[in-house]
Amino acid sequence: MVNNALYIATSGRPGPVLIDLPKNIQSGVADIEFTNKIDIKGYRLITQPDFAKISEASDLLTRAQTPIILAGGGAIIAGASDEIVQMSDLLMAPVATTFMGKGAFPETHPLSLGSIGMHGNPAANRLMGEADILLAVGTRFSDRATANLDTFAPNAKIIHIEIDNAEINKNIEVDVPIVADAKVAMKMLLAATSKKLKKGEGKEWSKRVKDVKEKLSPLMKDLPKDLVPKTLLNELRKLLPENGIVTTEVGQNQMWSALYFKALKPRTFISSGGLGTMGFGFPAAIGAKVACPDRPVVDIAGDGSFIMSEQELATSITENIPVTVIILNNSVLGMVAQWQRTLYDRRYMAVSLGKVPDFVKLAEAYGAQGFRATSIAEFQKAVKTALNSKITTVIDVPIGSETDVVPFVPPGCGLPQQKGDY
Amino acid sequence: METGKTKVISVLVENKPGVLHLIANLFRRRNFNIESITVGPTEQPSVARMTITVNEDEKTIDQVIKQVAKQIDVLKVSELESGNFVMRELALIKVKVKDSKERSDIINFVDVFRGRIIDVSTDSLTVEITGTPDKIDAFLNLMKSFGILELARTGITALARGAKSITIDQ
Repeated sequence: MVNNALYIATSGRPGPVLIDLPKNIQSGVADIEFTNKIDIKGYRLITQPDFAKISEASDLLTRAQTPIILAGGGAIIAGASDEIVQMSDLLMAPVATTFMGKGAFPETHPLSLGSIGMHGNPAANRLMGEADILLAVGTRFSDRATANLDTFAPNAKIIHIEIDNAEINKNIEVDVPIVADAKVAMKMLLAATSKKLKKGEGKEWSKRVKDVKEKLSPLMKDLPKDLVPKTLLNELRKLLPENGIVTTEVGQNQMWSALYFKALKPRTFISSGGLGTMGFGFPAAIGAKVACPDRPVVDIAGDGSFIMSEQELATSITENIPVTVIILNNSVLGMVAQWQRTLYDRRYMAVSLGKVPDFVKLAEAYGAQGFRATSIAEFQKAVKTALNSKITTVIDVPIGSETDVVPFVPPGCGLPQQKGDY
Repeated sequence: METGKTKVISVLVENKPGVLHLIANLFRRRNFNIESITVGPTEQPSVARMTITVNEDEKTIDQVIKQVAKQIDVLKVSELESGNFVMRELALIKVKVKDSKERSDIINFVDVFRGRIIDVSTDSLTVEITGTPDKIDAFLNLMKSFGILELARTGITALARGAKSITIDQ
């Protein structure tokens, strides 16, 4: 049963499996034959795509004038990043990711649009409406990614590669469903499409992509000189190596990270989408460090989310698992406060946290390092010290308590109705 | 029961505790209404068959089937194609009887519908009737004039027609 559970948890569309072990079984003695043979009658993965669908999809892609690739978390799980980069090069197609797909495509690539959605990159949200063919890889079209479905990629024929058949036609009707492992399917689709298409066509579309990106996401040329989230995340990118791992908590810190922290490689941006579990980032950072002890791991946190699992400082110190926590400290449950401010006429309810605790002293109380950074220079120094030391470090960064995450697509609106500048 | 729009889904599941709850809970979570559900063992003791009828549109049915199929305890699921399956429902009906005239009328109706009288008392008759939901509805309509004291219907169970079968390959 444990074998089966591990297989189910790690294969296909991975996820937790609960094994209920009663006390008498836990403490009982039995003869067990260990076997690696897995045979679960009701769990048969479809990994090989239907070739007819691949062929149909490659025909569509060959004819596409304004194709867009949308990579979801499934693309990362399947390890399909290389194929996505190759497909993007072949089609000259820009690549947007969902929030969970962040890292599936290097965000510094000229054809990267960043992530789509409620707090998506404006260029990604804008261009999604101009796509004639959308190649979606490993995504469930969550409402946070698509916003109002009526205005989501309205002109596009959609090819949907997905391992979970139950996600096909669930949130959005698609034209070519391909149920398969994303890497396997993308390899076949690449092979089929490259036969029909010469590399480097589609110059007009890539020029349009460049223009929109420059206009709507002006490469953050004029960054503020203050230590605001945008600047901080831009600085952090410069200080972290390409393979450095970032986790986030849940809330504004998470959405700022989605907008402004450029993920360069798959599995370097770890966050709780979907259920959005506050308190996730710090334990996740500890887990990532255990898995990858030679790479720096940074938890981008908010004060509200961090205090939900701050006791894990004890774990990181006693087990000697050094990670860095950067707290964007606005003394408020910021995302909820932002909604109350912008959608509920500033009627604040149960969001203020006050200026407690003092996170520097809290870190020190656990035997960790604590710093406070109020300027870019202080931040750079603190991060460098943290990355070079072998002890968990908490960097407290006070920010304004009424700072909104923008751009923002209000609930019920479509991606084009995004408000606020990048 | 509106048989026109009703879809019949045949599901083969592991015959073990908790599976009915799993399926019922899935329907609840997705807000799909179950019109009727019957469960019983198959020719293989480790496998049970659930026959579920739902009254939903094509798109919802498609989702129902995919979500059910995704469950690990579900071995096979398929929608029975309209007109291409046989189905039966059983009903037990207790009917009020005033006098011997009514008694013989009811017995005549039961004969026509090929039902059976399975219990008799001085002022009631209990009838067993098997058939399609339509047939049972028609019989119930006739019995209304006498007065139905109590009614129990099983919900339908069904199999695909002909040699085509929904089974598990061993």
